[in-house]
Amino acid sequence: MNILKSLLLSAAVLMPASAFAANETVGFSQIGSESGWRAAETSVTKADAKERGITLKFADAQQKQENQIKAIRGFIAQGVDAILLAPVVATGWDEVLGEAKDADIPVVLMDRKVDAPDDLYLTAVTSDTVHEGEVAGDWLKKAEDGKPCNVVELQGTTGASVTIDRKKGFADAIADAPNIKIIRSQTGDFTRSQGKIVMESFLKAENGGKDICALYAHNDDMALGAIQAIKEAGLKPGEDIKIVSVDSVPDMHLAIAHGQSNATVELTPDMAGPAFTALEAYWKDGTMPPKWIQTKSTLYTQDSDNMAAYERKKDLGY
Amino acid sequence: MIRATIRRILPQLVILALVLGLNFAMFPGFFHLEMHNGRLFGNIIDVLNRGAPVALLSVGMTLVIATRGIDLSVGAVMAITGAVAASVVTEGGSWIMALLAALGAGALCGIWNGFLVAVLRIQPIVATLVLMVAGRGIAQLLTKGAILTFNDPGLIRLGGGTILSVPTPIWIWVTLAVVVGLVVRRTALGLLIEATGINERSARLAGINAKVLLIAVYLVTGLCAALAGIVVTGDIRGADANNAGLWMELDAILAVVIGGNSLLGGRFSITASLLGALIIQSVNSAILLSGMPVEFNLVIKAIIIIAILVIQSPRVKHSIYLLRASSGPVLARRAVAAKGAVGEDHP
Repeated sequence: MNILKSLLLSAAVLMPASAFAANETVGFSQIGSESGWRAAETSVTKADAKERGITLKFADAQQKQENQIKAIRGFIAQGVDAILLAPVVATGWDEVLGEAKDADIPVVLMDRKVDAPDDLYLTAVTSDTVHEGEVAGDWLKKAEDGKPCNVVELQGTTGASVTIDRKKGFADAIADAPNIKIIRSQTGDFTRSQGKIVMESFLKAENGGKDICALYAHNDDMALGAIQAIKEAGLKPGEDIKIVSVDSVPDMHLAIAHGQSNATVELTPDMAGPAFTALEAYWKDGTMPPKWIQTKSTLYTQDSDNMAAYERKKDLGY
Repeated sequence: MIRATIRRILPQLVILALVLGLNFAMFPGFFHLEMHNGRLFGNIIDVLNRGAPVALLSVGMTLVIATRGIDLSVGAVMAITGAVAASVVTEGGSWIMALLAALGAGALCGIWNGFLVAVLRIQPIVATLVLMVAGRGIAQLLTKGAILTFNDPGLIRLGGGTILSVPTPIWIWVTLAVVVGLVVRRTALGLLIEATGINERSARLAGINAKVLLIAVYLVTGLCAALAGIVVTGDIRGADANNAGLWMELDAILAVVIGGNSLLGGRFSITASLLGALIIQSVNSAILLSGMPVEFNLVIKAIIIIAILVIQSPRVKHSIYLLRASSGPVLARRAVAAKGAVGEDHP
């Protein structure tokens, strides 16, 4: 570590300040590419690293923990300066994280946490999924402003922690608004087609949709499916039925820009930005970041520049 | 002939009526139909429309199961064919080209399965497992892991449009079922399939080209899966390689089983399988309409399906038969007694 620091110092003297981290190598063990968001996270991380002059070694684990452990051991053997880990599961990391610690390599967890003593990693950069639900609920509360409003909810996959959190956050946010009631809540499995199918049945069960004032979907894909169902029922999505969802995928920005949806809470794919910032401070003078860095849950509404967001995101692999 | 058919599908008809009745009990507007933007709109239309993918798959699956085989890959083939269709239209092709390309891809997948089963003699469950696992990967390669969206009106119409106010998927599965049904029942083909399923060796000795027949059957299943893939892709205007047709092979097998077809091959009824598909969709509809917490979804579905299968088991059927035979005269006596004393409570 001392050698590294002196090397760094000499580098800092020789180079302009902006290219400070030019010699750093970071290993990134990614879960895989099971969703569009995951693919976007990968491409944002790569772009971020390039911009900061960090050499990124990327390992795709194809949803297997043993691949991630192998990749981390490989990174340790190569003597990288830091490891980014998006853990596929929460348990079973103690040993390999201990090895990284023994080798003095800081590990930053991305987007998910692990069940391990927190001295085994530098920090965790994640979104607060309960907070995402709260942001959505707060938006609806403000938009309705005391008017009675019957909400239907499209939940994610039953039992998934994201589903539980986003449901809880929304329920908490509207708890003090007696005018807003959740009248139906069903799972749409986070998919477009189930979102559409379940919304169809909501519409029929609630007087052709006339009794529904708003839809809260745990992700954008289900909301996008539901928008089609609402249109086919002869109603105007975004007007007759207000829609708020979570994720901010490019297609949702497009839908909001076209007035077919009202709001989406961003789950940012840029987990690497805060991670690299924390790492650079740590490399520079050993500054310890907090154990949890919460990413921002930005709310996009029809007043936001959704076309710009769409252009920015459309090639990220969503 | 018609009476025999009705007797064959009577249990399925009764069960379907019961499940639809359950829907009606929970939601009195269930059979209500109205027109919205030139489109028939109502829960019963939803059952027919949303049941389309499983209905399409169950047609092919019935034939495969009749040969004592099984096809686990149909869900993955749906993902592949959906991805192919979406790729063609996003590259500027017409919807007809997309349809043909998707059918071609489905046919290829079917021939591959048929080759493994008929020529390499691999057990069907293992042979089709290969494509079930690998197929979704192929589909993801085609869509590059993202949901490939499109705006081609022709392709959208196949999944989400209407013809004469009736959703297109309903037309597709009804047409397919009629065509396949006529082909296998108006020719000797159905008999040959059944013969192969009961005893392949004796079928071959009797002069049936079992190899070609098996490949053809898997080919038809691939084509059915292709149509199902197009329907779900057109419906959401995008190819979702991760989720299109996910676990749908199990629903298709279940439809065939609810249809009273034996997994050991032999005699089969496509009509009964289609009723099975509609029963499954009606159960799904009942769960959605019930408004119960989502944690109960699978429990309710399991209970209903276990009940259906128990009622159909040969043992239970036989007991019911015995019960009816033995209580026949009692019923007659009761009827006479009831005539004598109306309103009196008979044990």
